[in-house]
Amino acid sequence: MLDDFFIRALIAGIGLAIVTGPVGCFIVWRRLAYFGETIAHSSLLGVAVAILCDVNLVLGIFFTATVVVFIVFLLERREGLPTDTILGLLAHGGLALGLVLLSFFPSVRIDLHALLFGDILAVSRQDLLVIWVGGAIALGVLCWLWTPLLLTTISSDLSRVESRKPLLSKVLFGILVAAVIAVAVKIVGVLLIVALLVIPAATARRFASVPETMAIGAALVGVVSVAGGLFASLQFDTPSGPSIVVAALVCFVLTRLPLGLFGKGNTGA
Amino acid sequence: MTSDMLIDARNIGVNLSNRWIFRHVDLAIERGKVVCVIGGNGAGKTTCVRTLLGLVNHSEGTIKRADPLSVGFVPQKLSITPILPVTIRRLAALAGKFKSGEIDEALSAVGLDELGNPSVSTLSGGEFQRLMLARAILRSPDLLVLDEPAQGVDVSGVEVLNKLILGVRDETNCGVLMISHDIELVFDIFDDVLVLIPHEFEKLRHSDTA
Repeated sequence: MLDDFFIRALIAGIGLAIVTGPVGCFIVWRRLAYFGETIAHSSLLGVAVAILCDVNLVLGIFFTATVVVFIVFLLERREGLPTDTILGLLAHGGLALGLVLLSFFPSVRIDLHALLFGDILAVSRQDLLVIWVGGAIALGVLCWLWTPLLLTTISSDLSRVESRKPLLSKVLFGILVAAVIAVAVKIVGVLLIVALLVIPAATARRFASVPETMAIGAALVGVVSVAGGLFASLQFDTPSGPSIVVAALVCFVLTRLPLGLFGKGNTGA
Repeated sequence: MTSDMLIDARNIGVNLSNRWIFRHVDLAIERGKVVCVIGGNGAGKTTCVRTLLGLVNHSEGTIKRADPLSVGFVPQKLSITPILPVTIRRLAALAGKFKSGEIDEALSAVGLDELGNPSVSTLSGGEFQRLMLARAILRSPDLLVLDEPAQGVDVSGVEVLNKLILGVRDETNCGVLMISHDIELVFDIFDDVLVLIPHEFEKLRHSDTA
């Protein structure tokens, strides 16, 4: 069964969506969409680093992304610059630096299109292993971090007074995002990964009254989007990564239509 | 420090970007005592309490804290983003590992048990303060800290709140540290009071120490 590229793509995408759902909830709760974007952009620098150091692509991206996470935290504490300024600096600086570095290796052929938009149909058996084992570890870490991170999101002061180590949970969550993005770049690409974090979470908000149900809901919406997007891309011969994101967007819009079909509309505004 | 002493601060002050937020503060908080910090806007009340809690570093003076010191903190306001769904029971439960019965008890102690389990975003100012108080009580703290609990609460609400705070103190013998901008709101309950005066006024009084 795993011989079929389409089945492999489906299993990879579902594995990824199960992780990006709950992680994406914290991305939206903590207003970290641009932070995610920064990590994603800097993964192009990660690709250059991987080629330079001759290591595995995912490892190269993860290593670079982790360094970027620490730079963000350091700059925030030291320089007193607004966070979005720091992120703008690093996101586009990292992207540009990556492209410039790659140009020094004319012999290395990089499929830039696949990096930017993903190539889920090229997923190998080994990739599947990385996604599911890595995904299980990421979910385990997130469960362990859950309560302190949630309290830190609600109030950093409360979290510190109650000895929940808010800084540690923030840094660990940053590294977790770096890991998820490193794995996801191959699937949906640098430019689309944040969509898989933000859209399912935003969709699930409407049906949730506690954080935990929103996380599970986001995972489900992600899985539906991956399946829907992949089947649509097969049917209409559209690019797979963007099709998944469009499917997620359709889910979001459908749940916002005033049809009275989708629960009692607990938007909490 | 005696065994009843929870926090003992001597001559503390905080300087941020070359400006003294407050200076020359002496404050001792003991078990069973209610200490209020009073002062007008900009007098540094919140910074002072945050410093005592270790959330802000002090620039001068010494602070001794009992070790371990468990604190139940009721912040002035929390801005919870609307995209984060959270009910009152879930927020209370975030205080630590508690059984459902213990949460029921804490919620009924502050009179929130009859609300059911609504979203936190639907609570009024007074209800929210009581929820945060329930959450603090759950932790059975050595020290209960409240930042302007009367903010956004009407007169009868303040009486209820003060009664609740004293009830907790009597039952658990914890220390209480609370901030108020108005001495009348806490007149009935404090044992000690620290009046913070904005530094500009203080400079006028001791022009030699500035």
